[in-house]
Amino acid sequence: MIEPTVRIRPARGWEAIDFRELWEFRELVVFLSWRDVKVRYKRAALGIAWAVLQPLMSMIIFTVIFGRVAGLPSEGLPYPLFTFAGIVPWQLFSASVSSASNSLVGSAQLLSKVYFPRLIIPLASVGATVVDFAVGLLMLAALMAWYQHAPTAAVFFLPLFVLLALIIAVGIGLWTSALTVRYRDVQYVLPFAMQVLLLASPVAYSADVVPQGAMRVVYAVNPLVGLIQGFRWTLLGTEPPGSTIIVSIAAALILFVSGLMVFRRMEATFADVV
Amino acid sequence: MSHVSIRVDGIKKQYRIGETRAAFRYGSLRDSIADAVAAPFKRQREAARYIWALDGVDLQVSTGEVVGLIGRNGAGKSTLLKVLTRITRPTAGTAELYGRVGSLLEVGTGFHPELTGRENIFLNGAILGMRRTDILRKFDDIVDFSGVSEFIDTPVRHYSSGMYVRLAFAVAAHLEPEILLVDEVLAVGDAAFQRQCLGKMEDVSRSGRTVVFVSHNMPAITRLCSRAVLLSAGKIADDGPADSIVARYLASELGSATERTWSEADSPGNDDLRLRRVSVVDETGKVLESVDVRKPLGIRIEFDILARKHRFVPGITLTSDQGQLIFTAFDTNRMWRDPQPPGRYVSTAWIPGQLLNEGTVSVSVALGTFSPGGKTVRQAHANDAVAFQVVDPGEGDTARGDFPGIWTAPVRPLLNWSITQS
Repeated sequence: MIEPTVRIRPARGWEAIDFRELWEFRELVVFLSWRDVKVRYKRAALGIAWAVLQPLMSMIIFTVIFGRVAGLPSEGLPYPLFTFAGIVPWQLFSASVSSASNSLVGSAQLLSKVYFPRLIIPLASVGATVVDFAVGLLMLAALMAWYQHAPTAAVFFLPLFVLLALIIAVGIGLWTSALTVRYRDVQYVLPFAMQVLLLASPVAYSADVVPQGAMRVVYAVNPLVGLIQGFRWTLLGTEPPGSTIIVSIAAALILFVSGLMVFRRMEATFADVV
Repeated sequence: MSHVSIRVDGIKKQYRIGETRAAFRYGSLRDSIADAVAAPFKRQREAARYIWALDGVDLQVSTGEVVGLIGRNGAGKSTLLKVLTRITRPTAGTAELYGRVGSLLEVGTGFHPELTGRENIFLNGAILGMRRTDILRKFDDIVDFSGVSEFIDTPVRHYSSGMYVRLAFAVAAHLEPEILLVDEVLAVGDAAFQRQCLGKMEDVSRSGRTVVFVSHNMPAITRLCSRAVLLSAGKIADDGPADSIVARYLASELGSATERTWSEADSPGNDDLRLRRVSVVDETGKVLESVDVRKPLGIRIEFDILARKHRFVPGITLTSDQGQLIFTAFDTNRMWRDPQPPGRYVSTAWIPGQLLNEGTVSVSVALGTFSPGGKTVRQAHANDAVAFQVVDPGEGDTARGDFPGIWTAPVRPLLNWSITQS
């Protein structure tokens, strides 16, 4: 008796993820990401300049309002440099989440005409934001050179924090993309939620303003807290994130795994309702 | 002894209908907000209405068999294909496929207008499940087949719809799966291109691959397929050699041929009037298989008047494959104001070119008498007597212009557009 190549069954609630199949379709993730990047910059009049302008404008605004007017402390660093090291991972996160959440609805045509693991779609949309992130990192390097601020040996941990950023972004992206297919309202709630999250993350201010102890642990449940602290530590040599990073990593992993499970559960009906 | 390639066991698929709720309604902003707020909760409260698109399908296809799936619109052909391609999950039942599966439900899925032909070949190939190395290897063949090599580095939004379709089909034609699942995709492009596609499909079917092919094009089914399966209301109604299944299907009520003849015994009507033949013809009176959207066509109704008794008019009603009413028309010739003597009559309704949209159009005919209350009494009628496929050759001279996308709406008239500039 030969094993069938494909076995089709009714959907049955929680199902395991077929990582082997996902791996077989790895090229498609790359192609779709590449398409998103290409189309985005072909259409925009300023092209790649947007990837530079966006974080730059944020930095200027934060520097003026939070640095100058409010006079928030910046752990002894020049405020623009301090905030920019938070803006870069924040933008990777926020761009990934917003493009992932619209990705399935935007690919309705594809979903109803051809099969591939549905996970590919939000993954590819996150992949497309990595280009902007790379531009952001280069700008940060330029800014560090400008302020003559050399990185410490901690810079070797940077890839781990990039990975953490992607895990958080994909985790939330899976939740929101799957929910958006069912409830389009998510699209309206999301921008507001992102604003709240920006204020709840140490992008414009230092996590040190939150007292150590129980408060800090609760604060670190927002995985972006550990992430952004980690970025500053690896690049600018500020205080290492300490125990908050454990809480943040745990929160990130819970988001990621639950996101995968929810997505997997809901994907059976995507083609029918999208 | 051949091996089993596809085994389908009791597949059922239920769909919920009537979910277009807010889509076509114009409401106040307050309504919209209320709807938006209530939306997550509303779905549960709505009275659910369900239909079984597939209602227990069992099917076995052997390796190397080429099977045509036929049936009316809504019979479940496309749903079955969507289940087999794993686009949608069945509600009940199982299916097993033995071999690498390739599917083609639409030409040019994932094509992006901003990308060049070259870029789209790679993107579309990847979406259809081809490896980058496979695409590289076949790249030159694909470009040759498409005949758009001069424009391969031009964004496809500058392509005519014919070029677009040719390039898209060229990619799909170079898929080399062991099992190929194909939906109606040949109803596009000009006649020469359609021949090219059919030729390619023939090559595929001769190469020992298993093919399941959905089409309304009966000549294509009999030409390509050894076996045909007729679906009706989500169930398999008939299964056997393609020739005989197609013949039975066309002769039956389920058929959707461009010609329908009734014998004296089973002709619709009453003691005074009988419908005998309905056909879709071109200007020379030749029965058409498919209709070029640019050319006029005639709906030819032949009927017998057995007794000079009724005042009536021949009439037609056209509906689209989406079930939309396209129009109703009746013969306005003055002679029908009086009862006519017995004999064979032929009334042909001429439908101008550049009016209908692409797709399958179903024609119901009736001989009806207007009653004083504004009603019509049908003396003889045949619902969905004939059906025909309207095809746009994609040469840019129709209302479609160079727009390659999906065009909804039952009609697509080519209008005169005047321009003034101040």
